[in-house]
Amino acid sequence: MQQEKVWEAIAANPRFQELVRRKRRVLSGLMLFSIAYYVLLPLGAAYAQELFSRQVWGPLNVGLLFALSEFIVAWGIAVIYSRIANREFDTMAARIVAEHQGVLK
Amino acid sequence: MNRKLLLAGAAMALGFPAAAWAAEGAVAPEYRFLTFAVFGAIIALTMFVTYLAAKRVHSASDFYAAGGGISGVQNGWAIAGDYLSAASFLGIAGLISLYGYDGFMYSVGFLMAYITVLLVIAEPCRNIGKYTLADILAYRNDPKKTRVAGALSVITVSTIYLTAQMVGGGVLVKTLIGIDYEVSVMVVGVLMLAYVLFGGMVATTYVQIIKAILLVIASLVLVMLVWAPYGFSLPDFLTAVVGDGKVQAQVAKVLGDASANMTSSELGQRFLEPGLYLKDPLDQISLGMALVLGTAGLPHILMRFFTVPSAQEARKSVVWAMAIIGGFYVLTIFLGMGAAIHVGASDISLIDKGGNMAAPLLAQFLGGGADSLLGNFMLAFVAAVAFATIVAVVAGLVLASASAMAHDIYVGVIRGEHASQQEQMRAARISTVIVGAIAIVIGIAAKGQNVAHLVGLAFAVAASANLPCILLTLYWKRCNTGGIIAGMVVGTVTAIGLVLVSPNMTYPIKVRDDATKLVTEAPAKRVALEEKLADATLDAKVRATTTKALAKLDKDVVKAGEDLAKYAGTNTSMVGLEKPLIQLKNPGLISIPLGFLAVILGSLLYGRDRRAEGKWTELYVRQNTGMGVSKAHAH
Repeated sequence: MQQEKVWEAIAANPRFQELVRRKRRVLSGLMLFSIAYYVLLPLGAAYAQELFSRQVWGPLNVGLLFALSEFIVAWGIAVIYSRIANREFDTMAARIVAEHQGVLK
Repeated sequence: MNRKLLLAGAAMALGFPAAAWAAEGAVAPEYRFLTFAVFGAIIALTMFVTYLAAKRVHSASDFYAAGGGISGVQNGWAIAGDYLSAASFLGIAGLISLYGYDGFMYSVGFLMAYITVLLVIAEPCRNIGKYTLADILAYRNDPKKTRVAGALSVITVSTIYLTAQMVGGGVLVKTLIGIDYEVSVMVVGVLMLAYVLFGGMVATTYVQIIKAILLVIASLVLVMLVWAPYGFSLPDFLTAVVGDGKVQAQVAKVLGDASANMTSSELGQRFLEPGLYLKDPLDQISLGMALVLGTAGLPHILMRFFTVPSAQEARKSVVWAMAIIGGFYVLTIFLGMGAAIHVGASDISLIDKGGNMAAPLLAQFLGGGADSLLGNFMLAFVAAVAFATIVAVVAGLVLASASAMAHDIYVGVIRGEHASQQEQMRAARISTVIVGAIAIVIGIAAKGQNVAHLVGLAFAVAASANLPCILLTLYWKRCNTGGIIAGMVVGTVTAIGLVLVSPNMTYPIKVRDDATKLVTEAPAKRVALEEKLADATLDAKVRATTTKALAKLDKDVVKAGEDLAKYAGTNTSMVGLEKPLIQLKNPGLISIPLGFLAVILGSLLYGRDRRAEGKWTELYVRQNTGMGVSKAHAH
């Protein structure tokens, strides 16, 4: 019973609500962007063959460059997310935990 | 053309078209000692690691989660080792060597999958779970019901994946070193059992790390050798690919009549354009969604996040895994296209139609060819890496199934969460032996079966059943027991059901038509090949290829005859269909949305679940702050 009160208290803490809001914005943005960017590849390969076949640098064409760009995007998202998480989310969470440490056992 | 498409389609899910492998090993008998030496060295190393690990396994937490003591970097390598199956190492390199651009599209999907894992799965699972996927589901729902549903789904996904790996592994070892299929399966099974049984998650982790390092080294060496002559310039390398006669011939063969008016440079360039392998856009998207969403629901991948001490380390491990996995998949361009110009599509598909031998044959070529010591050493090394790959993946799968049986079903449901450490350990080890034995039996029973679509199916079930349940119990307050059960059942049943009525199954009428066609066309082909051989000026290499092609033709005719006899009396597939009901080879596009829908509707129809909603705040706070996480993996 006591324990449940602690969870309620944290959930009501404005800092926690701020953390959750911020997390939700970052996560859903990155998630939607990555899925959309990924789906462009099979879609382009199927319906934009002409564009994908256009050569830009010797035999290197738009399609291959786009496929390679998916790797850059994936790594980019990983780097962006871990930076935000390491700097913001972890510090915010640590503060919340510290605030409630006394109450939680 | 139809038969070829069928075979190509069968290889689609990146597995191994088992029936297409040559009977004899790829290594000449006089060099077989090299293969045994390299295999022996790798087995000895992993056994030594298992011996060390066994001393560190004292509790259920050690056995299932390595005591939560694996670091982020180590776990990143282990995830890579757990994930990069032989299908990706051999299968994708093969697809690229035969079909160029389309093969590389698979590589992209396999990496993009980790974004889902990183963003929404890894950290909450570390904060909430203990040993298994069902731990997460049981946290705020009816523990017994959701444990049973979760464990059944874990066992289903792992068994499907396991079957593909065991059959693929058996065939691979047989092809590479020429020992019997049954013996190969037993060797894979017994080794994996030794790792898991004695060393639990600790040994499994180190075996996966060793395998990932070996795989990266092998790929880097091959890519250096392939790329160096072009001064590490991508356009220069691609120019060589496009200008290669073997590549142009392969494109002409794939395109058939459509290539009649194309110049040789157009043919070469076509290799770098989409559409040689994947014909149906919907199928592509369906498979893509299953890969991207399924990875996050694969039990053996999920389980890896319970081995690190905190959400921060879980995050770090996914970033490391993405660097390693992504780096490896970029290299597949050079592995595949290198094999296309050095070995050639016709020689690659002679040994295996799916192209799985592209990387090993490339290694042999780069070392100096089939008659050289170095060439055979490199082939042996790549073969041993592929073998280590299978064993490491299989160990992860068996551990995931065994933990579902022992931790969820036995300890969680039958014993009502009350069991001593000794009892838990005993249950875990007994389950491991049972799952391992089943794996060996399935591997032997499925001999000669086409298991190619099973890898894609495993991803589809994981994406349609596991992922919706995990996501919604973590992020949706109203989710409850009813939703979890509905999601697991609907996701699993629709994914498997749709495959049963898909073109992946064997349709006797089609098989007979194809076999009849092959037999009718064979005499003309035979005459053409014999005429070619009769030419005394024929170059020795072409002669060898032609002789092999002739032998292969004879074998195909025999096989067609067997098919005709085998399917003589039947007109319908396993589920009683004359032709496929749907054209989708991968069910993801339909079954994933249905899975999500089932969780939502199931939860709403179940009525208000006081416990689930009451525990929501706790779960929500814990998954976001990591509070109480040390409790979860303390002994």
